[in-house]
Amino acid sequence: MIDLFKDLVNWASGPTVLFTIATLGLLAAFRFTQVWSKTSAKVFFAVLAVFYTASMWDPDFFLIVAKPDNIPITGVIFLVFFFTWFAMHQGIQNDRRSAGEGEVLEKQESEKVWVWPDLVYTEMLAMVILSIVLLVWSILLAAPLEQPANPADSPNPSKAPWYFLGLQEMLVYFDPWLAGVVFPTLIIVGLMAIPYIDTNPKGNGYFTFKERKAEIVIFLFGFLILWCLLVVSGTFLRGPNWNFFGPYEYWDVHRVEPLLNVNVSDFFWVKLLGRPLPTGGFFAALMREWLGILMVGAYLFVLPVVMSWPRDKFPTGFKWLSCHHYFEKMGATRYYLGVSLFLMMMSLPIKMYLRWAFNLKYIVAFPEIFFNI
Amino acid sequence: MLNRILAPLSAAWKEATDSQVWTSIFRHGKPVSNRNRALVMMSNVFLHLHPVKSRKAGIKLRYTWCMGGITFFLFLVLTFTGLLLMFYYRPTVEYAYADIVDLQEHVPLGIMRELHRWGAHAMVITVWLHMLRVFMTGSYKPPREFNWGIGVVLLVLTLLLSFTGYLLPWDQLAIWAIAVGSNMARATPLLGTEGPLSASLTLGDISLINAGNDARFALLGARSVGQPTLLRFYVLHCVGLPLVAAFLMAVHFWRVRKDGGISGPM
Repeated sequence: MIDLFKDLVNWASGPTVLFTIATLGLLAAFRFTQVWSKTSAKVFFAVLAVFYTASMWDPDFFLIVAKPDNIPITGVIFLVFFFTWFAMHQGIQNDRRSAGEGEVLEKQESEKVWVWPDLVYTEMLAMVILSIVLLVWSILLAAPLEQPANPADSPNPSKAPWYFLGLQEMLVYFDPWLAGVVFPTLIIVGLMAIPYIDTNPKGNGYFTFKERKAEIVIFLFGFLILWCLLVVSGTFLRGPNWNFFGPYEYWDVHRVEPLLNVNVSDFFWVKLLGRPLPTGGFFAALMREWLGILMVGAYLFVLPVVMSWPRDKFPTGFKWLSCHHYFEKMGATRYYLGVSLFLMMMSLPIKMYLRWAFNLKYIVAFPEIFFNI
Repeated sequence: MLNRILAPLSAAWKEATDSQVWTSIFRHGKPVSNRNRALVMMSNVFLHLHPVKSRKAGIKLRYTWCMGGITFFLFLVLTFTGLLLMFYYRPTVEYAYADIVDLQEHVPLGIMRELHRWGAHAMVITVWLHMLRVFMTGSYKPPREFNWGIGVVLLVLTLLLSFTGYLLPWDQLAIWAIAVGSNMARATPLLGTEGPLSASLTLGDISLINAGNDARFALLGARSVGQPTLLRFYVLHCVGLPLVAAFLMAVHFWRVRKDGGISGPM
């Protein structure tokens, strides 16, 4: 019985299943907003806590979770869940208030109060509690110190610090120039651009969901799934050779996972036409990759234009693609900047699913100049 | 009985608070009257980060989660514990690891390194949560767009501070984490040896970008993680990045006030 459960959890923690479940779960929670209630939060946290505590008896689970530098990940799991719930819960409560007679809570309490004592006492208390937490944490748990540095002996797996493991996880799907350089830059630029892209005047200075649905769905998908989930799975579920290991699996250094990934050019020339890849020179390389270049170009440069068209230009079944109302509302510059950043963000899950479904390695592959997408 | 103990105590307290020393430090009475509540905020350089009065909803814990304040407090804790660690730590390949072992083995009840490391991990998380809160309350919207940008830079600086500090114990965990993290710089377009298009930067037959001068070399100060890296990361960790972070924090806090204090519905 327990083994069956462990097998089930191991299976569900696999990259494909976990990512899909988490994404669908999040989307469902945005659709059925009653799940952000106090009751479901209590149930959810109880289940999570029981799962976590009970799992400690599994030696493989314990080994990974109890590593001193992995403690923050446990913190991330519980704190991020809690505060996401807390923000959504307050937002939905406010939405109910404004849907009825009332005003949002933050508006009801808009009278001014003395900062001393109302705020400084809270801050004082926060400092005291945090100091106690830090002291207890530091007394109970020694900071990790491994063997002295040895440049000749690389550990397997070699992992970046935990907060960069989302980026390291991206390396599975993208080359380092994208996963390690372009995407981090775009995350920073994209975050800084949010206030200039988002022209929705509502929801400024109070919790709400109804008035800012698109913004919140996109941001939380990025933060919770593409960042936090990848950090957590990169820490707990990626073992030697960056292979996937379930939470109850032993990190076997000798496990070999066959890599049979193929490029779009292979699909087109070898599988479809039954010919060898064109070789020799610059133009042969361009010819080899023409389909991939077309796909990426269409995705990044044609799709945003198409998406700006009004709904009636789309055939039935594709009308959801139309972002015409955003184009109208935001103006061309904001629209193209926002859509481009959004599509860049979505390229990660798209590439993930292409990998899982077709073993796709590169859409465009110019290994000659390290330019692989 | 109780009174016989308390009476002289309160007399002594009155004596102390009436003294020239006390009144020179605190130029007003206890903050129990509204006048003194205003004065305490205005006459204290630290408290005057705050306004005298603030909207009730804005200062509620359920609204701010105190997450920005907690992050700042953690920064102060890290500055203080980091300063103490600097007394004992030498950033050389020869001594670094041994100094950390010394800290661990020979300092009775020593938890400075623990406070510093766990505090740093905590700060990374609280910065994320602060960003989450600011996003979820829409507080980046006008007039606070610029301050959100400053906040994003501060978030990046927090990660970089943590990343540079990660190397300093000079153990296996440290150098390989930095090796993996910095390997990515090799793939920088144009500026990394294994980055797209960098091979096209040539002067005649000579390739301008090589392992001895590319983006990764600039980060590490060497072709692999070594003594120059340790010194570089140490200087950035202890001086460079904290200075920039402190500077931007000043801007961040100043702008919180100038943009209308803690956000609230218009």
